[in-house]
Parts: sequence; C-alpha cells; structure tokens
Amino acid sequence: MSDKFTLDDLRRIMRECAGEDENVDLSGPIGDRGLEDLGYDSLALLEIASRIQREYGIPMSDESIAEMTTPNEAVTYVNKRFATI
Amino acid sequence: MTAVVTGVGVAAATGLSLSAHWEQVLEGRSAIGPITRFDSSRYPVKLAGEAGDFHTAEHVPSRIAVQTDRWTHLGLTAAAQALADAGIEPADQPEYEMAVVTASSSGGTEFGQREIHRLWSKGPDHVGAYQSIAWFYAATTGQISIRHGMRGSCGVVCTEQAGGLDAAARSRRLLSNGARMVLTGGTDASLCPYGLTAQLTTGRLSTQTDPAVAYRPFDRQADGYVPGEGGALFVMEEESAAVARGAPQIYGRLSGFASTFDPAPGSGRPPGLRRAAELALADAGLGPADIGVVFADAVGVPELDRQEAEAITALFGARGVPVTAPKTMTGRLYAGGAALDLVTAMLAVRDEVLPPTVGVVEPAPGYDLDLVLRARPAPVTAALVLARGYGGFNAAAVVTTTRS
Amino acid sequence: MTGRTAVITGIGVVAPGGTGTKAFWETLTAGRTATREISLFDAADFRSRVAAECDFDPRQEGLSPQEERRMDRAAQFAVVAAREAWADSALDRGGLRPERIGVSLGSAVGCTMGLEDEYVVLSDAGRFWEVDPTYRVPQLYGYMVPSTLAVEVAWASGAEGPVSLTSTGCTAGLDSVGAGVQMLVDGLADVVVAGATDAPISPISVACFDSIRATTPNNADPEHASRPFDLHRDGFVLGEGSAVLILEEKSAAMRRGAHIYAEIVGYANRSNAFHMTGLKPDGREMAEAIRVALRQAKLDPQAVDYINAHGSGTRQNDRHETEAFKRSLGERAYQVPVSSIKSMVGHSLGAIGSIEIAACALAIEHRVVPPTANLHHPDPECDLDYVPLTAREHDVDTVLSVGSGFGGFQSAMLLTRSGRA
Repeated sequence: MSDKFTLDDLRRIMRECAGEDENVDLSGPIGDRGLEDLGYDSLALLEIASRIQREYGIPMSDESIAEMTTPNEAVTYVNKRFATI
Repeated sequence: MTAVVTGVGVAAATGLSLSAHWEQVLEGRSAIGPITRFDSSRYPVKLAGEAGDFHTAEHVPSRIAVQTDRWTHLGLTAAAQALADAGIEPADQPEYEMAVVTASSSGGTEFGQREIHRLWSKGPDHVGAYQSIAWFYAATTGQISIRHGMRGSCGVVCTEQAGGLDAAARSRRLLSNGARMVLTGGTDASLCPYGLTAQLTTGRLSTQTDPAVAYRPFDRQADGYVPGEGGALFVMEEESAAVARGAPQIYGRLSGFASTFDPAPGSGRPPGLRRAAELALADAGLGPADIGVVFADAVGVPELDRQEAEAITALFGARGVPVTAPKTMTGRLYAGGAALDLVTAMLAVRDEVLPPTVGVVEPAPGYDLDLVLRARPAPVTAALVLARGYGGFNAAAVVTTTRS
Repeated sequence: MTGRTAVITGIGVVAPGGTGTKAFWETLTAGRTATREISLFDAADFRSRVAAECDFDPRQEGLSPQEERRMDRAAQFAVVAAREAWADSALDRGGLRPERIGVSLGSAVGCTMGLEDEYVVLSDAGRFWEVDPTYRVPQLYGYMVPSTLAVEVAWASGAEGPVSLTSTGCTAGLDSVGAGVQMLVDGLADVVVAGATDAPISPISVACFDSIRATTPNNADPEHASRPFDLHRDGFVLGEGSAVLILEEKSAAMRRGAHIYAEIVGYANRSNAFHMTGLKPDGREMAEAIRVALRQAKLDPQAVDYINAHGSGTRQNDRHETEAFKRSLGERAYQVPVSSIKSMVGHSLGAIGSIEIAACALAIEHRVVPPTANLHHPDPECDLDYVPLTAREHDVDTVLSVGSGFGGFQSAMLLTRSGRA
C-alpha cells in the first residue's frame, strides 16, 4: 500500500504555510535533515502541524510535534496515524 | 544633544526609496488611484494611495513574509533601506545601543481580518500560529529588532496619525539615555475590506472618484481625505557621534518636538495644535520667523482644516509662512504619514525647495494661508511639521538645516 | 530637568477577583486564585477554556450609558481604574492646569474585543470577506486604533498635555509607566496618569494562543491552572484588567502632603533580537535590562528586597527569568522573595505590567509580599524562593518588577519606599 502522505505533500505544506529559507532547496534531498536546520522554528512547526491536522484529520499532539525533528519523521508519523484510523 | 537623521527608507505610493519619492513629490505627481487590493464595489470610497510597486516577495524573505502583515513588510523594507543608507552594519555596533521605536496605527489589519474570518467561517483550529505575532501592534518593531540584531530599547507608539512624530520624539530621548542610534518612524497598511470599513466610520474619507481632486485640503470644496499605505523609517543619531563615525550623510537636525491633546468634547476649550507648535518651536529655541515652511496635517475636512489654518495664522500671521501638504500625493498613511512628512521636510530644507500640495483648485476663502501649489525654491533653513491623530492627539516637530 | 523624581500618589485597579485596589490586594494576600472556566463566550471548541475574568458591571462601576456603549471593555476597565486612581490621589483636580496633565497608557491588543464583535456582524459570521458596512457602529474606527484607550483616559482625566499609548505587547504595562515617568522627569507634565489595560478574553485571542499552544490545556481544574515555577505547569492562563497610577513629581507631592506609595527610580527595556516568541534559557537581555535599571536607580543588587516576577507559567519563561535574576543580582537572587501574581490573576497581556506595579507599590505600603499560588511541586530548575501559597510579611523597601513579551522585549522597573532624600 502506498503512503497516503508523502514527502512532497509535506513540502507543499511547508512552502504554503511557513515559506522557505533562501539558502535551502526544499525540492532537494531534505528527508533526513533537521527541520530546524531547514529554517523552520517552533512556530513554523506548529503552523505545519495544524495544517496537517486540518487537511488530513490527523491529531497532532504536543508530543508528536516534539518528536518530528526531520521531514521523514513527520511523514512516517502521519502515515502511522492514518493506519490507526 | 542634537539629534540628526543619517539614513532614510521610504516605502509608499510615491516610491520605494527616498530619492524616488522626492523626485515624484517635487514633480507634483499624485500617486492616488483606484483601490485594487480588494473589490471595493461595496464601499463608497474608491480611491487610495496604494504602494502598487511594492511586491513583498521582492523585499522580504518568504519565511518572514508568511508570519507578518503587509504593514510589517513595508516596515522591514524601509528599515533595511534606512540602515544601508546610513552606512550602518548592525553586527558591527554595540548590540544594546541600537534601539527601535516604531509608530503603529492599527497593527496587522489585513492579517488580522484574515484570521478572524477563518475563525468565524471555519472554526478556532483554523487560526494560524502566526496570528499571535503578526496582528499585534508591536510586530514591526519586534521583527526589525530580530532581523538586524538590535537589542537596545524597543518601543511602539500609538497616537494614530500623530504617531510618526511621537515615535521620533521618544527616540530623541533614547539618544540621551545611552542609545547610539535609533531606527524610528512608522508604516501602515490598512487597505483591506475591514480596515476601510472601520475608517468609513470617521466620516473623514473622500468619496470622490476623480483622483485629481479627491484629496484637496484647504480647498473650497475639500470633503475628506484619501487613505494610503506605507511610510518611512529613518536612523537617528547624536550629531557629533554621526560625524565621528563618518556617517555618509546628515539629512538634517530634529531640533524640536512637542505633543498636546485636545480638550474633551463639549468643554469649550480651544484645540491644542497651536500649543504643540509653540512648544516645539520653544524646544528648538526658534521663533516663528525662523520657520521657512510648514508641513501641514491637512486632513481635508473643512472643520479640521479651519482649525489648523487658525493655528498657523495665529503663530505666523496671515499668509506669513509657506504651507504645504505633499501627502496629497500619497494619501494619508496613518502611522506612516507624519514620519514620511518629517523626512520630506528634511529634504526641502536640504535642497531649499518646497514641494507642492496637489489637488487644490480654489483655496477656501478666509484661511489666509500661503499654500504652496507648485514646487517653489526658497532659502529655507527650518521647517515645522504638524500632525494630528484621531481622538485629539497633536504633535509638532521642527526640522533644521546642518548648514552653518 | 534633572533631579525630578516620579512618585506614585494614586492607584486604581480592575482585576480578576474584584474591582478596586482594596479587593485586588485582598485577593493577592489571601493567595486566592481568580482563574475559572471561561464565561465571557462559549469556549467549548477551544483548546484552552480557562481564564482569569473580571466580574465587571460597567454601570455599577459608574460608567454612563453612553460611555458604556462607546467604549470597548478594555477602555471601560481603564477609565474605571483611572477614576479610582484620581480619587485615591486626593488631588484637587480643579486646581490643576489641563495642559500640565499627561497620559501614558499601555495595551497589548487594544480594543480587539470590540473589533471582533463587530467583525462577526459585518462579515455575518464569516460569510463576507468584503464585509458589509451597512450595520457598522460609529465607534468602529475607535476600536481599530488602540490609541482610543489613551483618548478615553485623557478625557476622563481632563488631560491636555502629552498623551500616548505604548503597545509593546506583554511588556506594555511596564513600558507605558516608564514612558510616563519620563514625561514627568522631563518636565513635560506635572501629573501623569500612567497604566495599562487589556481585555483579550474573546474567541480570536483565545484561538491565537491555542494555535501556538501557549495557554494551559488544564480545563479540568481551572482554579489551579496557573502554576508558575511549578514542575507541572503547562502554559499560561489568559487574564484581563487594568491598573492606573497617578504619578507626580516628588517635591510637589510632598508639598501638598500627598500620600506617597513609592518612588519609581529605575526603568529599562531591552530586546533579545532572537525570536518573536522563543526565549533563550540564559536570560541575558532581561538581565541587561535589570542591570541598567539598577544603574539608573544608583542601587546595587543588595538593595533589592522583593522581585515581582513575570512568572507566566510557561516552562521557557520560568527558567529564562530565573537565570536572568541570577545573572543580574548574583547571590542576592537566592536571598530575596520572588513571586508571580499571575498565579492568581492570570496573564492580562499588556495590562499585567501595570497591575504588577500596583502590586509592588502595595507590597511596599503594607510590608507584605504576595505569594505564588498553586506552587506545590517546585521545578528543580527554578531554585529561588518563590513564596509558595502564602503571603509573607517582609520589610519591602525596594522592589524589582520585570516583564517579558512577544517580540523579544524584556523590561525591568525599580520602585522604592519614599523617604530617601
């Protein structure tokens, strides 16, 4: 079964709601880079999380946000939650 | 302590730099046009001084743009210009000696409308994380201080359209309290449906559809003003410190400030604008005869125009001083208006030329003002800038030359 | 105009727990919390449903029907507090020249409650982005510009001197009093009405703090939800209210035999230039503001007898300011009582800075330090004396009050018992 939420979905959300740092190429291999390193601070993560929550109906707890330190972790988390609903 | 201006940034309908603004203003070319930022068909006001050439993406990094309102975009842009113009690299300066004081009139108006709209149309979980830092009146000061690493005193002054002068007055105080430089001034951008609707309630906006005559203060047919967006931010320093560091230029001195407040409605006491002007002159150690031009508040509402004309003639005599209002070309910029007037007045003194007031067809009889209707050369060494804010705020500032 | 000193000769407070300075001080010294389930609107769909609300009836507090209609709740608070402060000062108002009365008010979010209420109507609950101007109220523009709050207080005070509103977010109530002191010290006014007001308990403000998860989700136990310095704290509790002070020049106040609560002897603010909401744990810039305020007051850290903390009840704040106290006061930080009245009256954004200054003046007056309520399980990383649960009799001659807010702003103010020449 293919993932319902892909890295590209996350890229789109990141761009739309939090913008992108000029020094970072979001379309590049960013999956395992730190979100903070990519220029996304605590507020940006909250904004991204609440967008995911609204668009995909996935509840994003404080703990889940704290655990998402890379894009791949975020994608994995969302897909895991999909599996449980 | 002599405060001087060493760097200026402008973002307004008349230009996205001080030189572009000055050039257009001297030509007497109005930048007022139809409202394009939203569908205005529902509203009686059709014109505005939009900063049409300002595209956020060209000036503000996207990471910052998403978390800020247009008012802050304009402020960040003017701030960066002002610092560059002053030849200041903040990283090389003592961090606690760089202060930021901006004026704000209505905060992140459009951003705020969008989030309240989401809340009421879709629910509380649709309110974005950035509402908490974009809407409030301190957003521009905070973002400027963060972007440039300025850790000194931070201020936000809200006295509606008098704010630009009050912020500069507070900044001068900081210069004698240990700040080496202050980035000050103001911007505003309230051209969104809710912002305009709120402004309608003052009854002071012009409903004319011809940009050429919509905003004509002191005219026989004056019937309100046109709103605009943008403003100016500038770098203030103590004069000897500016000279010592080799500042690339000194635009002029800010020699006097004062603020007063009108009496409560119904008290029968006189308005406070004249007193503000007198106090500012006294603060500058000058008399009316020293002033070569008055940059009027020029609301364009007959009763308020009359009050201002009375204050000016009481101080200078009938037709005793040239009076101008280049804001007729930008519309009224709220917190940004008086700040832009201040730097425009500084260039008038520097270049010894008075910019015109446009739109005036026939000066109202009885005001006895020497209105500058065409750019006019004049050996001016000092200018008086007047500003009033909704509710009764009056502010005055005196700008003087550095020529000896 | 050197040598002029600002003193507090009148206090007015509208705070959760009771209107008026007397009720406010009783709440604080009893260690009573005024936090509860939100009743000002239906908050069922919100993450945080707890707030510290004022039981405030504008008519009962003396506002006329027209004043009530014209003013947003934040303005109503400020005018009621200002009237109490004037009465408390016992100044002969007829003998004052209006031109020599100044106003310096503070607010973080202005008249947002009125602004939101009207938006609901004009947009028809979010139906029209191009809002329908037909049903607009005449005071709508007054709601959009926070300067209205200063206008109302100026009118209520008969002020025609310098009038301004300072809006530096959550430090506004310290910064506005600082600006008021400056007006007085500079000789721009003989009497300054200084304070701050905020009334943010409305859907948009609650939602905006929900979205950044800054407020407490502890909806099950509202009375104990504001827990600064406690290991189990989980965010701040939104509050509302106002405090207004009458400031006079010291020698003039003494000449007329005024009751002097305290002198304001030092004030500074600094910015962290780090993040709009985030704080570095080192407390560096707040420490700098404290040091500058001490220098201005010509006091050394040993002089400080009590610290009124920002104490918002977020983990990052509590650690940040604890570090700032240690950094600026050294060993003295461990010796003085530190408390947060936000544990009782919540965090009323810009207003709280002035409310806290009022509390500091009263602490000097009554020689009592208000407690930090709900502090049952001290956070081991916050290792100062936070005066848990119970007010404490303590000779307070010099107080440090601090504030920290969005934008990265850090403010510090010093008050001393009057009498030092």
